[in-house]
Amino acid sequence: MTTLATHELVIDIPGRASGSPLGLQVEPGQIWGVLGPNGTGKTTLLHTLAGLRPPRSGQVFLDQKPQTSLRRKLVSRNVGLVFQDRQDGFPATVLETALIGRHPWLSAWQMESANDIALAEQALQALDVGHLRDRLVSTLSGGERQRVAIATLMTQNPDIWLLDEPTNHLDLHHQVAVMSLLTARANSGKAVFMCLHDLNLAARWCDHLLLLYPDGQACWGPAETMLVPSALEQLYNQKLETVEVDGAPFFVPSRG
Amino acid sequence: MAGFNALRPLAVLVLISIAAVTFAIAVGSAQIGVGKVVWVLAGGGSDLERTLILELRLPRVLSAFAVGGLLAVAGALMQVLLRNPLADPYVLGLSGGAAVGALLAMLAGMAGVVVSGSAFAGALLATLLVFGLAHGSGSWTPSRLLLTGVVVAAGWGALITLILAMTPAARLPGMLYWLMGDLSHSGQPWPGLLVLVLVILLVLPLGRSLNVLARGSMQAAALGVSVRPLEWLVYLLASLLTATAVTMAGAVGFVGLVVPHMLRLVLGNDQRLILPACALAGGILLVLADTLGRIVIAPEQLPVGVITALLGVPTFLYLLYRSR
Repeated sequence: MTTLATHELVIDIPGRASGSPLGLQVEPGQIWGVLGPNGTGKTTLLHTLAGLRPPRSGQVFLDQKPQTSLRRKLVSRNVGLVFQDRQDGFPATVLETALIGRHPWLSAWQMESANDIALAEQALQALDVGHLRDRLVSTLSGGERQRVAIATLMTQNPDIWLLDEPTNHLDLHHQVAVMSLLTARANSGKAVFMCLHDLNLAARWCDHLLLLYPDGQACWGPAETMLVPSALEQLYNQKLETVEVDGAPFFVPSRG
Repeated sequence: MAGFNALRPLAVLVLISIAAVTFAIAVGSAQIGVGKVVWVLAGGGSDLERTLILELRLPRVLSAFAVGGLLAVAGALMQVLLRNPLADPYVLGLSGGAAVGALLAMLAGMAGVVVSGSAFAGALLATLLVFGLAHGSGSWTPSRLLLTGVVVAAGWGALITLILAMTPAARLPGMLYWLMGDLSHSGQPWPGLLVLVLVILLVLPLGRSLNVLARGSMQAAALGVSVRPLEWLVYLLASLLTATAVTMAGAVGFVGLVVPHMLRLVLGNDQRLILPACALAGGILLVLADTLGRIVIAPEQLPVGVITALLGVPTFLYLLYRSR
């Protein structure tokens, strides 16, 4: 299993001061949540960690090796990413969409085998979209598409799962289902690193948190040390009420 | 997905190709029976029949096949590159750029390889222009891309007219066909067929990478595709295919639009299947269109570009109407 680490990493957001460099250490089995208001660079951070965007300074390491020294294909066997928005220029079925997750694992002349198709189907089942396998993705609802995208990542089966707001468009039940699935993956040795907008989902399911402030400042650590109401109020510029549910804090925005 | 069952549609297309070529050879101002065509191709027949078939009709029919295949594959590649089913070498002005390149070389008194090379440079320049201008600082949007392509194509058309206006009248008839696409000056089919086969062999192992690229460049990069080199390769190949087709037959429009679209409706969008299928189906379409052009107002001939435009314009409008 791979460890993802960053050294003095500053993500490149045009026109913003560099802020505090990130020295993250994402170990197998951990679930990280990234919190921050709109436009603080959560998506840019994920893209930088996946090697899709060069950082302003610093480096991303996979098992102590600089990511830039590794071949693109090797990186994509170790790191996978669910994008926040997806484009579909051409019609494709749900199964075909999940199956592209096998791309990093196949050589140029290799066709997808029965085994690859079985992996894709299992992933679709796990995300509760198995019954849609022959439907065109363009005909699905937002939540169903979101689950197909997560199933594609599951088919890709990298060690490090980066997810950009995985609970977007999902109903309450499927939010919980996706979070439990991610927890199960983490327990089997994957590392999960995701942006979330829902403070309470993060509080409930993540063991590590990274708070990104609009001015580029950041702090990170185990979840229980980060869930300080005053820090979260400053993060979102929003007064919060804290209640306790099942022994864990639950945050509700104050009125007015 | 493609697998063993990908071979069946391709086998069917090969059979139709053979039938279309045989039929096209048999039909014309002097009718020849299909049986006789097969007999001559197998090495029999009188001298007159051999001359008519092997030296007149066969080269033209094979040229039509090559041009159709080249344009259809060029279209399919551009569509993957731009993530847009409306991309086509004619609509985006590649054909126009290639025609200007070729005409300039001819005006300077060049011939042969120089003309082809100049056409290639023209196609390349045209794609760069459209890419660069439509991309700007943001990303490609379908409307911006199409508008840029159409305007650039109109510009090439004006340049072609300008070059023709400056050309001595005696040389005009041989050059006019660049404007509309005509196979009666196409010469030997073998270079075109060779380019077609080589490009197909080259892109087949890239098929799955192209499938991933069709989902967007970020997604493709996240799945391990080296996006930039692949995009450049596809862009160069599409220009090469277009330039080859244009040097053979002038600016034949819409084959690159109609053929991939039809095939995707039937076969899905796996490039490993679509690209070879485009080579065959594009060939079939142009062979039949050219045959139609030869017989509709026989003994006069319609340029094949007219026939493909009559087919292509409604298809294009339908696609545009349907797209969001």
